[in-house]
Amino acid sequence: MIGVGKMKLYSNVLDRPLSKGKQEVSLSAFAFLFSEMVQYNQTQVDNIAELERRLEDAGYAVGARVLELLCHREKGNRRETRLLGILSFVHSTVWKVLFGKVADSLEKGTEHEDEYMISEKELLVNRFISIPKDMGTFNCGAFVAGIVRGVLDNAGFPAVVTAHFVPVEGQQRPRTTILIKFAEEVLRREARLG
Amino acid sequence: MAAAAAVYSLYIINKSGGLIFYKDYGSAGRMDTNDSLRLASLWHSMHAISQQLSPVPSCSGIELLQADTFDLHCFQSLTGTKFFVVCEPGTQHMEGLLKHIYELYTDFVLKNPFYEMEMPIRCELFDINLAQAVQKDRVALLGR
Repeated sequence: MIGVGKMKLYSNVLDRPLSKGKQEVSLSAFAFLFSEMVQYNQTQVDNIAELERRLEDAGYAVGARVLELLCHREKGNRRETRLLGILSFVHSTVWKVLFGKVADSLEKGTEHEDEYMISEKELLVNRFISIPKDMGTFNCGAFVAGIVRGVLDNAGFPAVVTAHFVPVEGQQRPRTTILIKFAEEVLRREARLG
Repeated sequence: MAAAAAVYSLYIINKSGGLIFYKDYGSAGRMDTNDSLRLASLWHSMHAISQQLSPVPSCSGIELLQADTFDLHCFQSLTGTKFFVVCEPGTQHMEGLLKHIYELYTDFVLKNPFYEMEMPIRCELFDINLAQAVQKDRVALLGR
């Protein structure tokens, strides 16, 4: 085995350190796995809304685990308790670990107080995906929306998270916006904390 | 030389000889859908026959067909999908272009969950990237 001299072998999985290890996986391998996941879920549903929901659920499980791991690894077993704190945690820390880069932008919704948006020019999961015309506004970013919902929900910020295509002027391809709408209780708590 | 396209047209045929992608780049002899389908399956058969007729063992089939008015370069992938371009006689770097198109096919067609294997290719991202590749190739040619 290559590099076995440096690695200590742990007989018990719980003794193994939660080190970062190798940071990257093959994009092709991920793309094929994700593609299969979408295809499998497509055979299990009758309509597009249902498919979107299933992808989101798959992402939710990832989000819950990612939150746990990153709080331990990056934050010394602390988690964010404030709204802006958790949002920038998702926008930078989570994004960097999952996609190798910080998200393109994090904005507050202009129309509603409880809405925030994370935008990506080209979402990693959508890199190779062309949505057929008959599927309308369906976006495979629903999986990423699920991840975000998983992180937020488990950190105590229940929210409704959805993924949308937003056309950009002068660009052939639309960007993907992850829309986060927080539950009322979150905003009330936030106001109380001042 | 007029600004006419060096690449006349591009075909992709699946392993059973069906045309799954056809793109015309402004050649003189424009073909309708039926003609292009016929040409694709004809090429598929000719390619297969050439493998049988070759005096060299383990021949992979015709790679280049040269005619007075056009060249036809063909690339066959390991799975039997064939890519071929019809271009101006003497056009260079066509093997490179075909390899690049194959790469685009594996990326934007095969990794797309909404593409059904062996069926006609309708992927927006493939079209966009293909247009760029052929454009770049054209620029390289004009810059010579």
